[in-house]
Amino acid sequence: MNKPVIMVENLTRRFGEFVAVDHVNFEVNEGEVVGYLGPNGSGKTTTIRMLLGLLEPSEGQATVLGFDAFRQTEEVRKRVGYMSQKFAIYDDLTVWENLTFYGGVYGINDKARIKHTLELVGLIGHDSTLTRSLSAGWRQRLALGIALVHEPKLLFLDEPTSGVDPTARRAFWDLIYELASTGVTILVTTHYMDEAEYCERVAIMRDGKLLAMDTPLNLKKNIISGDIWEVYVQPLERGLEILSEMTGVERVGLAGDYLRVISSNVKKDAMLSQLSKTGLKVEKIEKGEVTLEDVFISLAR
Amino acid sequence: MAVCPMENIIVEYLVQANNISKSFGDVHAVDDVSLKIRSGEIYGLVGSDGAGKTTTMRLLVGALKADSGEVNICGYDINTQTENARSQFGYLSQRFSMYEDLTVMENIRFFAEVRGLKSNEWLPRCNEILEFVGLEKFTERRAGLLSGGMKQKLGLASALVTRPKVLLLDEPTTGVDPVTRQDFWQLVIRLTTQGDGVSVIISTPYMDEASRCNRVGFMKAGRIIAEDTPSNLRAQLAGRILELRGSPLPILRRTARADKDVEDVQAFGDRLHIRVGEDKAKDVLNRLPSEIRSVGGEINDLRIIHPTLEDVFITLSESK
Repeated sequence: MNKPVIMVENLTRRFGEFVAVDHVNFEVNEGEVVGYLGPNGSGKTTTIRMLLGLLEPSEGQATVLGFDAFRQTEEVRKRVGYMSQKFAIYDDLTVWENLTFYGGVYGINDKARIKHTLELVGLIGHDSTLTRSLSAGWRQRLALGIALVHEPKLLFLDEPTSGVDPTARRAFWDLIYELASTGVTILVTTHYMDEAEYCERVAIMRDGKLLAMDTPLNLKKNIISGDIWEVYVQPLERGLEILSEMTGVERVGLAGDYLRVISSNVKKDAMLSQLSKTGLKVEKIEKGEVTLEDVFISLAR
Repeated sequence: MAVCPMENIIVEYLVQANNISKSFGDVHAVDDVSLKIRSGEIYGLVGSDGAGKTTTMRLLVGALKADSGEVNICGYDINTQTENARSQFGYLSQRFSMYEDLTVMENIRFFAEVRGLKSNEWLPRCNEILEFVGLEKFTERRAGLLSGGMKQKLGLASALVTRPKVLLLDEPTTGVDPVTRQDFWQLVIRLTTQGDGVSVIISTPYMDEASRCNRVGFMKAGRIIAEDTPSNLRAQLAGRILELRGSPLPILRRTARADKDVEDVQAFGDRLHIRVGEDKAKDVLNRLPSEIRSVGGEINDLRIIHPTLEDVFITLSESK
C-alpha cells in the first residue's frame, strides 16, 4: 500500500485570537478525487494554503507527497498543480502561447510536452485560437492544461466548473477521472453540490473544524437519518409555519411550488391531518430523496 | 391573474414573448422563442454557454431589439411602450453593481433615485425590504464591508425597491455557499408567494438551482427545446437511469458502454449512471451483472434510480 498523498495531523492555524483551522486530521490516497466543502470563512482556503506551503501551521503538520508542506515547499510545488477560477489566463495570447508561457514558469521548454498537454485536455486544433474567443468550457480546459503542463502528481481545483453547463462540466470531469486513473490525486473545493457529487469522498468544514469526510452515499445515509417529504400544499407559507411547529420535523424549506420537509419521525398521515385540520389544501405528499445539500446544510448551520 | 399598476389592466401573463428571434450575422442567437410566465411563477432558463439565455434576457428587457416577434411585459409592448414595460423589471446579475463606499441605505437610495422614485415613495418601502432580506440592522454599514451573502441580499433589496412585477436573476448565486444560497432562495420564493406574486426568471447552469423553479426551459442553439416542471421533465426519463456501484470502475464503465441497450454511461465519484433505451431497463438489469463478472468485475449494487435534472439535460443536449 502506498503512503497517502496528503497526510494532515492536528493541523491548526490561528490568526491572533481567531482559530481559522482547528486540529484537522485527514488523509487522501493516490488517485483519489476528494471534494472539500464549507461555507465562506470555514477554513477551507486556509487549509489549502497550508497544504501549498503558503502559510505556516500554528500547530500540527501537513505532509504532501511525502514532503513537509511548509519546510519542503519547493519539492511540493514542483509536483503540485493548481487551477482556480481567478487564475490569470492571458486573453491576448493564443492557447499555445499561454501554455508555453506557463510551462516556462516551471522551466519547461519542451514542445512535445506542450503538445501532449494539449492532447490531454482535448485542445488539439485550437493551438492558435486567441484565448479571448474561447467559450467558458474551452477556457476551463485551457486552465486545466496550464495546471497540468508540469505533470503534477497532485492537483488542486478551486470551483473548476463554476458557470459552465452540465455538458461541459461532464466533459471536464471525464478528463479528471482519466487523470485520476493514471495516479494523479485530485482535491476539489466547491460550493456546488452538482460538482461535489462527482467526488469519491467529500469533506465538510465549519468554523475551522472538519465535521465529516466520507463518500456522498455514506454522508447522505449517516448525516440525514430521517425522511425527506415533498409537501404540495396551498398556501405554501402557512403550510411552512404549521409544519415547522410539528414535533419530529427538523427543517422545512420552500422549494418552488412545494415544501421540502426533513423529519426524524413524522408520518405522512400526521402531516396531512395537521395541515387539513387548519383548513389548508394538500394536493399530495411524496417521498423525496436526500441530497448532498441537505447534508451540507445540516452540518453547516 | 395580476393587476398592472399603471392602468389596472388585467393580464394573464406578466411576461409574454411571442416568436422572438435575434441573429448576429449568421448566428441565430435566439430562434423563434415564445415564453409565457404567470404571476408567482419562477421560470428557470437553463442551457449551455452560447445557447441563447443571456440574449433572451436582453430581448425581454429591451436592451436588444428582436429581429422579429414581440415582447409584452405586464401588457406593455417593449418596443412601443418601452418605459412602462421596463419599469416593471427588477434585475440582479452575478456581478450586481453596488457602491462599496456607500452604506447599505445609501446604495438603496441611489438605485431608487436612478429609477426616478421620490423619497416618500422609496423610504417606507426601503425599510420593509431591508427587513425582508434581513439587513435592517446594517443600514449604516458600508457595502464594501458586507459578507458575500449580505452583498447579494443588498443586490436583491436594490432590485426590489421599485416594486418590480418581474424579477430577472442572471446566475445570481455564482460563488456563494449553499447555506447562503438556501437563504437567498427562501427569499425569492417568498416574493412569488406573497401579495400579488412577483414573476421570476432565472438563468443558471446549475441543476440543483433549476430544480427549485416551477418551470424550466432548456435552451439549445437559440431554441427552447423542452419546457416543463422539474418533476415532469424528470419523468421523461423514468425507469431509464440505472446506478451501478462496484469495482474496478474502468472495467464496469467499458462493459456497460458495450451493452447494446445502453445509450450512455457517466461516472460520478464512486458510482456510474447508466442510461438505457426505452423499456430496456429490465433486460440490462438481467444481463449486465454476468457481463461484468465475465470480465472480472465486481458489482455491489445495480438498480433503477430516479433521474436527475442533469440526466435530462444531458439527454436533451444530445438529441435534436
